[in-house]
Amino acid sequence: MTGQAVVIAVVQLALLIFVAPLLIGVIRQVRARLEGRVGPGVWQPWRDLRKLLGKNPVHAEGSSWILTVGPLALVLSSLLLCVLLPLVGALNAPMIPSDLFVIVSVMLLGVVALALVGLDAGTAFGGMGSSRHMTVAALVEPTVLLAIYALSIPAGTSTLSVIVGARLRDPAIIISPVSVLAMVALAIAIMAETGRLPVDNPSTHLELTMMHEAMVLEASGRDLAWLEVGSWLKLAALLGLLGNLVAPWGIVTDMTLWSVLLGIVAVTAKILLLGVMLSVGEVFLAKVRLFRVPELLAGSFTLALLAVTASYLVA
Amino acid sequence: MSTTGLARMITRVGRIAEPAPPAPPLLAGAEVFGGSVDVRFINAGGCNDCAQEVMGAFGPVYDVERYGIRLVASARHADVLLIVGAVTRNLLEPLLRTIEATPAPRFIIAVGDCAITGGAVADGYGVVGPVSSLVDVNLEVPGSPPEPAQIVEALRRMTGR
Repeated sequence: MTGQAVVIAVVQLALLIFVAPLLIGVIRQVRARLEGRVGPGVWQPWRDLRKLLGKNPVHAEGSSWILTVGPLALVLSSLLLCVLLPLVGALNAPMIPSDLFVIVSVMLLGVVALALVGLDAGTAFGGMGSSRHMTVAALVEPTVLLAIYALSIPAGTSTLSVIVGARLRDPAIIISPVSVLAMVALAIAIMAETGRLPVDNPSTHLELTMMHEAMVLEASGRDLAWLEVGSWLKLAALLGLLGNLVAPWGIVTDMTLWSVLLGIVAVTAKILLLGVMLSVGEVFLAKVRLFRVPELLAGSFTLALLAVTASYLVA
Repeated sequence: MSTTGLARMITRVGRIAEPAPPAPPLLAGAEVFGGSVDVRFINAGGCNDCAQEVMGAFGPVYDVERYGIRLVASARHADVLLIVGAVTRNLLEPLLRTIEATPAPRFIIAVGDCAITGGAVADGYGVVGPVSSLVDVNLEVPGSPPEPAQIVEALRRMTGR
């Protein structure tokens, strides 16, 4: 079982490294089409990465080693997420813990690394971005914990791969009110965590409205490439988790070549489909005012709390 | 605008972008970018007419983004600096510092007659000189102001697409 789980983890890692830039390409392409543009093609993020990785970074005077190490820490945390989350397969092995608390703390590692990168050069916008980022993170993490906790009650464990496995065996759980409330809360939390609309605008050029973008303003060349890859991987992994929680079909539970291939195709399709939905949804959304972001996130926290309460009333 | 109204407008309008003209030859040295160029726009003291035309080039009609060219918010992310206007005394130092902050390899495009020769304001008391007299310019787009199509063509020479 452990050997199989390691194989699945390696497959997930390779797949996500391939799918994450493609996901961003698809999101941007769909958005461009809806705006009446032609769009640069779905492979443009690959070209961007290739170019950025070939450029030597320019560091601001007075910046420290954080500017070099921080982006790598973000990529590492995102890669760990890709290994730990049940994306291609939901095999449960103690060596690869997909426990709820492990996942959230791995995610926090990346959040803190990114915030430190923003602070390092000592610019006004970087510090502002980091402070906003930490505010959002502090509001989002409890929601993620609570939402998945609500999902864990029918499965009787907080291990995500077992939760997904339980939903696959008994699909009636998926459309129960508890699950629906928790999924909505989780979806809002993921949007906030990955810096999408309506919490943050990923394509803004206005420094005063930035969150994620403000923190990476001082990064250049290779450092910027790692920061981009880190956030893309995180978005792809979390969308994959959401996809597997909503529609767990296709995920690998018994190890054969065909089931692994099916798992790869299924999770890729789920991630890209969610990406298209996200992109279409974003065309219709405006960024909410910063002071209303806590209201939105408090709303999602309330939904998660309702889900937990309901799960005790129902069960 | 309501959601349905916006959806109806999207389906009615369809594609706004004009058909792409044939690709101009790649500028020597720009092959390092491999079809992806990030542009930082700098107004070094122009009268905003060239700036308007640059915005037009990045809008949905000329849609320069389809060739892999994007505007970015920081000089640290940029490969190409797009400079308009004759350089004024106040903006000389910020301009030089912006260029210094841009990682190599970097290219500089001077857009408009003011940036190339100084144009109508060349003898102004607040003007240090045209961009080309202060920094090495790789590509010039003449015109006062140039049309967006000319700016698009200069940018396409950077990606070769």
